[in-house]
Amino acid sequence: MRIKDVASVLSAEILCRSDLAETEVKSACGSDMMSDVLAYVKDHAVLLTGLVNPQVVRTAEMMDMKCIVFVRGKNPSEQIISLAEEAGIVLMRSSYRMYTSCGLLYASGLKNEGNDTV
Amino acid sequence: MNETLKYVYEVDGSDFMSAGVASADVKKNLKMLGFSGDLIKKVSIAMYEGEINMVIHANGGIATVEVSDDCVSIVLADKGPGIEDIELAMSEGYSTAPDRIRALGFGAGMGLPNMKKYCDEFKIETELGVGTTVYMKVYNS
Repeated sequence: MRIKDVASVLSAEILCRSDLAETEVKSACGSDMMSDVLAYVKDHAVLLTGLVNPQVVRTAEMMDMKCIVFVRGKNPSEQIISLAEEAGIVLMRSSYRMYTSCGLLYASGLKNEGNDTV
Repeated sequence: MNETLKYVYEVDGSDFMSAGVASADVKKNLKMLGFSGDLIKKVSIAMYEGEINMVIHANGGIATVEVSDDCVSIVLADKGPGIEDIELAMSEGYSTAPDRIRALGFGAGMGLPNMKKYCDEFKIETELGVGTTVYMKVYNS
C-alpha cells in the first residue's frame, strides 16, 4: 500500500510531505504511548496515534517510520508539522477513531507480516 | 574515517518538547558518515531513550558521542537525583515518571531496559544526590 492509499482509506488530510505520498508501506502500529512504540515496534512504517506533541515525530524519526496518522481529528501544531517536514515524515489527520482507523487499514491489506505479537 | 569524531551536546532539561535534538543530530551525522541502517537505528533509539530520561528525571545534562569506524560510544551524564535501586529501575514497567510525563506518551518504565537491549555494552554509574552517568557502546559489525 502507498501512503496516499493510507490517506484514501482513512479519508485523511495530508498535512505535510505530500511529495512522499507514493512511498510504499507494508506495516503499521497504533499507540498513544511512545515508550511502547520505542520498546515494541519493529519495522513498522506507519504510526497511528491520538497523541499530539513533537515527541511523536521524534519517536517516529528514531524508528525510521515514514508516516504518522493523527486519529480522532487531532490537529498538530506548526512546530510539529515543521519537525516532520525536516525529518521527511508524512503527516496526516483522520476523523476516524483509533480502533476504526486500524481496522480499516488492516482490512485494506496493511498487515504486519509476522509482527503481530511482541 | 581514520580518526575518532566527537560530538558533545548540552541536553536542555527545562523543555521536554525539545528533547531529542541531540539524538536527531547524531542520527543525521551517522547517516552522512555512511553507517548501516541497523547501527543507526540502534544508536538512535538508545540515545533518544537516554535523552528523554535526562529531561524527565535529571533536568538535562551532557551527551558525548564518539564515533570511530568500528564503534559508536555514547556517554550521558547528568547531575540529577541519582537512581536509588538500579536493579529495580532496569526492570520493565517500573517508572518514577510523574503523570504529566505519562500524559505526553512516556514513562512506561521501558526506557532503561530498551537502551540496554539496543546496545552491545551498557553500564550505569549513579550516586544519590550527585547524578547518573550512562555508558553505551554499539559496535559496527
